[in-house]
Amino acid sequence: MTQAELRLCSLLLQEHFGEIVEKVGNSLLRTGPRPLRLLVGDTGLLPDQVKKALCVLIQHNLVRYEVQPRGSVEYEARSERILRILRYPRYIYTAKTLYGDPGELLVEELLLHGHLSMSRAVARVADRLTETMEDGKTMDYSEVSSTFVRLADTHFIQRCPMVPESPQSTKVPPPPAPALAIAEKDMYIVPRLSLVGKGKRRHSCDEEEEGEHKAKRQKQEEGTSETPPDDGIYWQVNLERFHQHFRDQALVSAVASRMDQTSSEVVRTMLRMSEVTTASGASHTQPLSSNEIFRSLPAGYNIGKQVLDQYLALLADDPLEFVGKSGDSGGGTYTVSILSGELGVTRGHGASRASPSPFQHPSFIPLLPHRFGSRCARIFRLLLRKKHLEQKQVEDFAMIPAKEAKDMLYRMLSENLVSLQEIPKTPDHAPSRTFYLYTVNVMAAARMLLHRCYKSVANLMERRQHEMRENKRLLEKSQRVEAILASMQATGAEAAQLHEVEEMITGPERQQLETLKRDVNKIDASENQVDETIFVLESFIESTTKRP
Amino acid sequence: RSMAGRGRGRGRGQMTFNVEAVGIGKGDALPPPTLQPSPLFPALERRAAPLPGGEEGEYMLALKQELRRAMRGLPYFVKPGAPRRDIERYSDKYQLSSPVDSAIDWNPDWRRLPRELKIRVRRHRKGRTIPLVPKQQVALDKEETIKKLESLEKKEEEVTSEEEEEKEEEEEGKEEEEEEYDEEEHEEETDYVLSYFDNGESFGPDSDDNGDEAVY
Repeated sequence: MTQAELRLCSLLLQEHFGEIVEKVGNSLLRTGPRPLRLLVGDTGLLPDQVKKALCVLIQHNLVRYEVQPRGSVEYEARSERILRILRYPRYIYTAKTLYGDPGELLVEELLLHGHLSMSRAVARVADRLTETMEDGKTMDYSEVSSTFVRLADTHFIQRCPMVPESPQSTKVPPPPAPALAIAEKDMYIVPRLSLVGKGKRRHSCDEEEEGEHKAKRQKQEEGTSETPPDDGIYWQVNLERFHQHFRDQALVSAVASRMDQTSSEVVRTMLRMSEVTTASGASHTQPLSSNEIFRSLPAGYNIGKQVLDQYLALLADDPLEFVGKSGDSGGGTYTVSILSGELGVTRGHGASRASPSPFQHPSFIPLLPHRFGSRCARIFRLLLRKKHLEQKQVEDFAMIPAKEAKDMLYRMLSENLVSLQEIPKTPDHAPSRTFYLYTVNVMAAARMLLHRCYKSVANLMERRQHEMRENKRLLEKSQRVEAILASMQATGAEAAQLHEVEEMITGPERQQLETLKRDVNKIDASENQVDETIFVLESFIESTTKRP
Repeated sequence: RSMAGRGRGRGRGQMTFNVEAVGIGKGDALPPPTLQPSPLFPALERRAAPLPGGEEGEYMLALKQELRRAMRGLPYFVKPGAPRRDIERYSDKYQLSSPVDSAIDWNPDWRRLPRELKIRVRRHRKGRTIPLVPKQQVALDKEETIKKLESLEKKEEEVTSEEEEEKEEEEEGKEEEEEEYDEEEHEEETDYVLSYFDNGESFGPDSDDNGDEAVY
C-alpha cells in the first residue's frame, strides 16, 4: 500500500467512524494482520475501545478476521474496500436512477449499516419514505419489498456469508470465531417472507405512545421479544455489480460519441441482456443472437430487423471492437467486448490497430491539457497511437517546434507519463548508434496517475476539514441561531422578534458563511469527480493485470 | 559528431548516452540543478477545468454531505470518552453517555463475530435515563458500588416502581448476555498501559467461557 492510499484510508475512516476506529484501522493497515492483543498494545487504546472499533469495522466489511491454526483470531484491514467509502454517493444515486426512491433508500440503508436483514431494511425504508409523504399517507411494505427483490434479482445486493449450522455437541468447544460462508448459487435468493405492514411516522409528542405502549414498542424495537422470520440472513450491497454497471455506462457513452444514439442503444440492450450472465472481470458477454437482441430492444425503438443487422455489422467492423461477431446462428451472434472496448488493453507488439485505453475516456481529456497544456496532450495522444517515436518524429508529426517539443517531452518524462526506450542498432549498444524512442508505458502512467488521484482526494479532504475547523466558532453560532429561530417559530413569535434574532449574525458573518458553504461544496464536488477518475484507472489496471 | 560524449565541453556533465539523440544540442544550457524541494504551493500555470455541474452532480454532492452527517449520528461512530473528571460533579449523574463505557451502543449479531469481541450492549431507554446511569454502574463496577448506592438511596425513594422493573430487566440482561469480566476492565482507573502486563491468557479460547461465574 502506498503512503497516499494509507493517508486517504485514514481520513475516510476518521470522517465516517471517528478517531478510535481510525486508530485501529490505521494500525491494521500499516502493520498488517494482527490479533486483538497486539492491536491494543499498538494503538494505546483501551481494550473495550478496540473491541468496539473492530465490531464496527467488521460490520461494515472493512475488516475481516481469520482463525489462526493456534486458535488466536487475526484481523485484517481491507484497504480497497475502505477506499470505496468515497463512492457511496455514486452507488446510491445509481440505485435511484434504476429503482427510484425505494431503491435509493434501500442501498443507502445497507451502506450506512454495513449489512441488514431484509425485514429490518424494508421496515426502515418504509418508515423513511412515510416521513416524506403527505399527512395520513403511509408507504406499504410490499412496494419496498418488491424493490428489494428486484435489487437482489439483478445482483445489486447480495446475501452475506452465513454462520454455519453447528451441531449441538458438548464435547467440541465452539470455535473462537465463526467461519462464515455462502455458496455462489445462494447469494441472491430472497427468503420467502410475508412482510406485512406500513411505514410509521416518528411523532415527537404523540399521546398514544406514553406509558405502557411506549415500553412495549421499545421492546419490539430492541428485538428481544421475538426473532424476525429471516433471522441470520443478512444482505449487503454488491459493489462489483455497481462497478460493472458503471463500466457498461462508459461503454455505451463511448459508442454514442463515436457512432450515434441508436448504436449506443443497441449496445446498451445487449449489455442489459447479459447483466447477470456476465461474470465480473469477463472479457466479453455471452453470445447473443440478433433475433434475441431484436426482441429485447426497448419499446420506443422502432427499427426494423434489417436495420438492426446493419447496425450490428457496423459495430462489429469498427476498429475499436466494441462488438464482435461470434457466429451465424439465429441471424448472427454477437458479443460485446468489455475489455478491449472503452477500458482497453494495449495490444502486444506488432499490432497495427489503434488500441483504446483509459486515456481516451472523457474524464481524462481535461487532465492533460490542463496540467500540461494542449500541445503536451497532442504529443501524448500521438505517442499513444504510434507507440514509439523518435524525438524528431514527435516534432514532425505533432507539428510543434523542436524546442517546445523537447521541453514538453522532458516534463512528461519527469512525471513518468512517457518513457524512453533504447533500441540498439549494434550489439555493443553504443549510444551514437542507438535509437532512443519515446513511448507511453500505459500501465506505469496509469499507476502514477492513480497514485496522484489518491493524493488529491486526501488533500481535498484535509483542506475541507481545515476550512470547517477555521470557521468552527461561526458555524456553532449559526447553528444556535437557527435552533433559536426554529423554536421561536414553533411557539409563534412575531416577525420583529424573529428578525432581531436573525440580526445576531452580522452581515460580514453571513458573507463568511456563504463563502464557506461555497468552498466546502466545491471541494466535496471535486472529491466526487476525482473518484470517477479513480474508478476508471483502477478498472483499467485491474483488467490488465488479470489477463494471463 | 562526437563519439560517446568524449571531447565535449570540459567540466560539463558527461552522460553515458549520446545527449544529441535526446535533443540536447551542443552548447545548450542545461537547467540549473535543483537544490531544494519543490515549493509547497507552486504557481498555477493554468486554471483547472470547471467542475461539471448539472443535476447529477448536485444530487451526488447533497448525498455525500448528507451521508457524512448521518454517519456521525449513528452508533458506529465511536466517540472517544469524555476525559475523566478529577472530582465528582453533580452534573455527572445527568450525563447520558458514560465515558469509555464497557458497552456498545448497537446490537450486533454476536454469532457472526469472534467471541473475544463481545462486550455488553447498552440498552437505550428513552425517558428513563436519569436514574438508569448510576444504576448500571452500580451493577457492574465493583469498586464504586458502595459510593453509588449511598447517592442512589435518595433517588430510589422517588422512582421505586420503575426501578423494580429495571432491576428485572437488568438481571435478564445479565443472564442473556455473557459478560466478559476481564481483570483489565476493573483496572481501567490506573494510568498504566495495561497491555504491557497482559500475559495473553485472557484472550485465548478458554477464558471466554465465564458466563457462569458469579457476579459479585
